[in-house]
Amino acid sequence: MTISIQLAQVKPEKTEPIESKIEMGKYKVQTDKLNAWFGKNHVLKDISIGFLENDVTAIIGPSGCGKSTLIRCLNRMHELVPSARTQGIVLLDDSNIYARGVDPVSVRRRVGMVFQKPNPFPTMSVYDNVAAGLKLNGVRDHTVLDKAVQRSLEQAFLWDEVKADLDKSGSSLSGGQQQRLCIARALAVEPEIILMDEPCSALDPIATAKIEELIASLKEQYTVGIVTHNMQQAARVSDFTAFLYLGQLIEYGETTELFENPGEELTERYLTGKFG
Amino acid sequence: MRRFRDRLAYALGIFCVIIAIVPLASILIEVVRNGISSINLQFLTSTPQSGGGIAQAIQGTLLLIGLTCIIGVPLGLVAGIYLAEFGDNKFGKTIRFLNDVLTEFPSIVVGILVAFLLVVATRSFSPVAGAFALSIIMLPIITRTTEESIKLVPTSIRDAAMALGIRRWRATISIVLSTARAGVVTGILLSIARISGETAPLLLTILGTDFFFSGWNQPIDALPLRIFRDASLPSAVARQQAWGAALVLILIVLSLNLGVRFATRGRPSVTRSRI
Repeated sequence: MTISIQLAQVKPEKTEPIESKIEMGKYKVQTDKLNAWFGKNHVLKDISIGFLENDVTAIIGPSGCGKSTLIRCLNRMHELVPSARTQGIVLLDDSNIYARGVDPVSVRRRVGMVFQKPNPFPTMSVYDNVAAGLKLNGVRDHTVLDKAVQRSLEQAFLWDEVKADLDKSGSSLSGGQQQRLCIARALAVEPEIILMDEPCSALDPIATAKIEELIASLKEQYTVGIVTHNMQQAARVSDFTAFLYLGQLIEYGETTELFENPGEELTERYLTGKFG
Repeated sequence: MRRFRDRLAYALGIFCVIIAIVPLASILIEVVRNGISSINLQFLTSTPQSGGGIAQAIQGTLLLIGLTCIIGVPLGLVAGIYLAEFGDNKFGKTIRFLNDVLTEFPSIVVGILVAFLLVVATRSFSPVAGAFALSIIMLPIITRTTEESIKLVPTSIRDAAMALGIRRWRATISIVLSTARAGVVTGILLSIARISGETAPLLLTILGTDFFFSGWNQPIDALPLRIFRDASLPSAVARQQAWGAALVLILIVLSLNLGVRFATRGRPSVTRSRI
């Protein structure tokens, strides 16, 4: 009871300095005063944040703070939920993906996503899972598909483990392999950005370590955004970290800086485990 | 004491299952016992005129099943997909309610309706009228089971498809429907089993005949009609034929069931070429 009262008292106040850090044109993807709702529930409040190209940006914060919603707004997945609504600007390479006339499907091809639970397509083989994005967008050429499948599986550090079992069902793999299969599936359509929504929360420590290693190698080619409720993970894998609380961006900066020398009291309290 | 109760509940369960199985098993045994003796090559390949067989009824039933599937399956699938994916509004709720009412509709009423709409209007009994009546019976079953099985596909699968930048209709057909395949196929098979035994609407639409299919505006025969006619005749030979026809009908439904299940059983499709 006391904890919840304390929480209510700690209200985020200053958001000005963060907004001023956002310069136009510097980021691969950036938001300006992004708001999001589920029905009447206002889950994101005036978020302005940018993800640098070829960097890993982590989003941390307690459950229900809007982390997942934030990244789901970056590839227009948020609006798939009935009653969900957004307002504000999201710039992808300086063009607003929420502008009138922008096709959400083409946005999602450029911004791939990996989900919390491994979700391979259960009726498809390993090969077809990886090829699904290309095939269902009309790619028929088998040499193209074969190459894309091999490249994606190699990038996802899964090729060596499954190259003999490409015809096996995707759901016959282990949990960690399934998650890497999902990463390969997202990579196959050659996105520019990979968003990961707590990709390790359903995995054991060894599988988690593999995914983290994978993230480090992915950032050479892609811009990576990762939502995690594991602060150590954010510290390990990311270059920049954003701390979200109750739908507001409390602090955003270089990961080492934010962890070692948080600028906000709320961030420090969260990082030291006073709440969360 | 607790263990005793546990055993008692278990025994009670077994007992109820046996009670439930007795009528089913006895029907099957009775049909096989009485029908097996009349089944021979002549019975299966000749008409009543040419050799006392039921070939025209087998042909008619297969034709009706095929025609009904051509009309009913695509409509039912599309309606089911619509209800599952876009039916979360007033229109969808109304359709769902009407669909449920239609499932419970007495088949003779469907027969009268189609008889007036098609048979009286065209002045002829016809296979098309029969298939039309049967597809009205088939449609709500397929719609319902398709909707239910599609709704069971987890949101995470849809999310994954959408996040790949796949169009919604493509994702629904190639990924969601394929994930729900087993349930959808079961629904189609159930509806086929249901319509292949329907008799009442056929009386009013295809009439029944002793001859093979002879045109789209001519009466045809079907196994349930043949069973009905033969069984009501005061002759031991005819009754024997009715048993044979009943066994054939059961075998057709059974083999369709097994065949379709085998053809669509859940294995990942293999489409790769080179690696």
